[in-house]
Formats: sequence, structure tokens, C-alpha cells
Amino acid sequence: MNRSRWKLYLFLAVGLAFLYIPVLLLVIYSFNESRLVTVWSGFSTKWYGELLHNRQLLDAAWLSVRIAATNATFAVILGTLAANALVRHGNFRGRTGFQLLLTAPLVMPEVITGLSLLLLFVTMEHTVGWPAGRGFTTITIAHITFSTAFVAVVVRSRLSQMDRSLEEAAMDLGARPLRVYMSITLPLIAPALLSGWLLAFTLSLDDLVISSFVAGPGSTTLPMVVYSSVRMGVSPQINALASIVVLIVSVAVLVAGLLSMRQQPTAKAN
Amino acid sequence: MIRELFKRLHLRDRQLARVVNIGTPYLWLGLFFLAPFAIVLHISLAETALAQPPYTSLWEWVDDGVLQVRLNLQNFVTVFSDELYLAAFLNSLWVALVCTILCLLIGYPMAYAIATAPERRRVILLMLIILPFWTSFLIRVYAWIGILKPNGLLNNLLLSLGLIDQPLTILHTQTAIYIGVVYSYLPFMILPLFANLTRLDFSLLEAAADLGCRPFKAFLKVTLPLSLPGIVAGSMLVFIPVVGEFVIPDLLGGPDSLMIGKMLWTEFFSNKDWPLAAALAICLLGILVVPFVMMQRLEQRIGGDEL
Repeated sequence: MNRSRWKLYLFLAVGLAFLYIPVLLLVIYSFNESRLVTVWSGFSTKWYGELLHNRQLLDAAWLSVRIAATNATFAVILGTLAANALVRHGNFRGRTGFQLLLTAPLVMPEVITGLSLLLLFVTMEHTVGWPAGRGFTTITIAHITFSTAFVAVVVRSRLSQMDRSLEEAAMDLGARPLRVYMSITLPLIAPALLSGWLLAFTLSLDDLVISSFVAGPGSTTLPMVVYSSVRMGVSPQINALASIVVLIVSVAVLVAGLLSMRQQPTAKAN
Repeated sequence: MIRELFKRLHLRDRQLARVVNIGTPYLWLGLFFLAPFAIVLHISLAETALAQPPYTSLWEWVDDGVLQVRLNLQNFVTVFSDELYLAAFLNSLWVALVCTILCLLIGYPMAYAIATAPERRRVILLMLIILPFWTSFLIRVYAWIGILKPNGLLNNLLLSLGLIDQPLTILHTQTAIYIGVVYSYLPFMILPLFANLTRLDFSLLEAAADLGCRPFKAFLKVTLPLSLPGIVAGSMLVFIPVVGEFVIPDLLGGPDSLMIGKMLWTEFFSNKDWPLAAALAICLLGILVVPFVMMQRLEQRIGGDEL
């Protein structure tokens, strides 16, 4: 039995190496002096310096961060409402359709979502005059649409595992449902809300395909800049940018992970 | 008296909560996710035009109160008769199938190892799986360009080890697509498998062993059937998006590796043929309905905890 465990862990280690080595190489070569990304010629931080002077890239990054934050906020609200509906309202009429609408965005190929949203925006502009043109608003709406589904998954699992006795106690003491939800339920599921927010934020920050469809002239997001640069070939500046993204994401995930671990009741003794 | 009032207030609150909780997401997703498909279908039946937006209207009023509707099926005829599109659809399905199987073969043992690890180690291992899933997809695909290039890191390593004397051509081939897809989608396979395996009742395996069943046979007879929901959920999370994948075939694939997501992108952005792109989207959607319904059925049976 022990021998097979050992093999299993070896396999896991190889699998994790497969997941991590490419990103690790990316970070290492961002400190490479040479413009040739694959030949090591000495340590340098000059690509980070150049990154800071790339106006186009910085503008795109700022736009992406604003879209991501707006998206994450709305997605957490909608996703939490959806999770409430699924966990608290039992078998309501239209539940199947509701679930379908929440699962489909998780797997729908991005080219389909992107194209259909663009055609919707164009038709809406044609018939009701809103949204006028495409840019921040249309990209954000598109991102909220797929992020909501991801947030709902995260919040739903937390909500369904929650101990409801505190809520019942508050209810017995006469607190109204909204009050109970606000002061008991929300704090209890707060870690899930935070990880949902972070997930929606990174999903939005990362999206290339859907944004490309629904963006207009003058609204270029960070992935769009990265993509057009990558198509030209490998560039050390992109490596530097990637390393910064990796650092930020790792810190965010660690914080979210630690928070949810601290919230969890300490593992049952033995 | 007061009690009665409270009760009625609570009831009203609950009804209001119900309307808000169910209604708001329904409305949003109905408008921005479901309704657009009707518009895509509509435009797939239009013709291209040099106009803004670049397609014709399906109907127009002619004299005497006659509404003339023109449905153009030419786009669908093109999709079905042009061998290029057919080849792209078949190749997309093939790539998705191969990659789903590869992800399953690699992901299952990994998920199993994590699910059976001691509690504290499990949390850390799980985070190690989730972390790359959060890192930019585009950047992770980009990382492979530097590795797989003719003068890239992999070839340099193999050359210096003396294992090969000619650089291997991997980038811009179908192999590069397989590598990129498996790399990017592996966490999507592992997470639902882990969620399933972690709830497995391992006393069943002990019982099998006590009755003299060999470990491998016990795995085939007990673990594998019980983890079937996880396998199906993970496979669908990989298969469905990969069929329409654009970024990976575009950056890692070559000119000969046709994939439908990339063709749709080209029709839309390069050829500006919106109706044809819409027709391709409708066909792709039609193909994906089958695996999607399978996934949905399964999710209803198991209560959706796998996702």
C-alpha cells in the first residue's frame, strides 16, 4: 500500500512540475539581459524599466483594472443572488432553466459568447440607441455575464455548507430576514464573497476573446495589447509583465486561501 | 398580535427576497446570455452588405402592406459544402477528444493523490492546483512559445544533452496545440475529480481488500464507477470549451491545424463576414448541445457539487 502511495506522489510531483515550470521559466527569463528571450546573457531588470515607460501598455492596464473591478463587484452581487436562489428557494418554478443559464457560461466557447454579445449590442444600439458605441460599458457587461456564473459556483458551495443555527436563533429573537441576512449570513460567507470577487477580477483581467469582440476603437484592454505583441513574437517586456501578474495573483490567492482556512473550523481532532 | 404582525412581515420579506434572488440573475442572463443567440441565428440568415452594421435586414415592407422576408440559407450551405469548414469542425472535435483523454489520464492520478493525502497537506496541494488556474491564460500559452520554438528552451536542452542533433519542429504544429490545451485545461479536470474523490467512502476499498480483492481490481470495481460523475463533469469542462478554442490554436498551432474557433475569428475580424461567422457559431452551438445536455443531466442528478 505504501509503495503505491509513493508512486502516486511522484506522479503528482511530475504533474505539478508540468504546471509550474513554464511559468517559472517565464519569470526567470524576464530578468534576462538579452533581447533574445531564450538565450541567457546576464541578469538585468531593464525590461521592467521599459515596461514602466510603455504608455500604451500602461493605459491598457489601467482600463483593464477599472473594468475588472467594476465587473467583479457586479458579478459578486448577481452571483450571490443566484446562489441564494439555488440554495434557499428550493425547487422553484423554472429552476432547471435557471441552472442552465448559470452553467452554460462556464463552458461556452468564448468566440460564441463574444460574437453573440457583440451582435446584441449592435442590434440594441440600432433599435433603442443604447449602448452608444462600444467600450468600457459593453466590455464590462460582457464580463459580468460570464463572471456571475463562476461567482455563483463559489458562493453556492459555501452557502450550502453553512451552519444555519445562528440564523434561526436571530430569527427567533425577532430579527427580520433581511437583517438576518445582512448581519449573520453575509459575514459567514464573506470568505467566499472575497474569493468570488478575486476570481471575477482575474477572469476579467485575463479575457482576450470576448473583449476583442465587444471592444470599440479606443478601448484596448491589457490582454489585447499583450496579444498583438505576442503575435509579433516573444518579447522580454511581456515576460516582465507576466511576472508581475504572476506575483500579484499568487499573493491574492494566498491571502484568499489563508482567509478561508482561518474561517474554517479547525480540523476535527484525529 | 405583535407576533402575528411579525409573521406577516417575515412572509412579505421572504417573498420579496425570492423575487430579487431569482429574478435579477434570471433577467441579466436572459438578456445578455440567452437573447443574443436569437440574434446570432437571425444574422446567420442575413447577407453581407457594405453597410454599418455589415449585413442586410431580413425583412422589409414593400407596397400594399406586404412584409417581405428574405431568409438567406447560403451561409449554411457554404458551411456544410466547403470542405475546409468540415475539416475544421472534425479537427476541433478530434483535438478536444484527444486532449480530454490526456487530461483525464494525467488529472485522475493527481486528483486521487490529493484527495487521499492527509488533511493539512491536501489544502496546500489543492491551492497548488488552483494557483495556475488563476494566472493569466494568455500568459501561460505564451510561455510555451519560448519553450517550443526551434531555438527555444526545450530544443536547446535536448541539443545540449545530445539527445537530438536537429532542432525539433514542435511550435506551429498540432502537437503544440495538444500540449497547450492539456497544460491550460488540466486544472478544470482535476478540480471536479478532486471534489468527487474526496467524498469517496474509503471503507468500501478496505472491505474489498478484506474480501481478498487485489488493489487494482478494487480500483476498477469500486473507485472508478463511484467517481464517474467527477469524470464526466471534468471531461465536459475540458471538452466543450476546447472545441471552440481560439487562443491556443492561434498562438501555438500552425497553418495546417484548422480549428473552428480560429476560423470563426478570421471570418469575423479579417473577412468582415458577420453572417458567415454567425452561421459558424450556430453550427458550433448545435454540436455542443449534446455534451452540454449530458453535463446538465448529470449536474441535476448529483446536485451540482462537482463544478
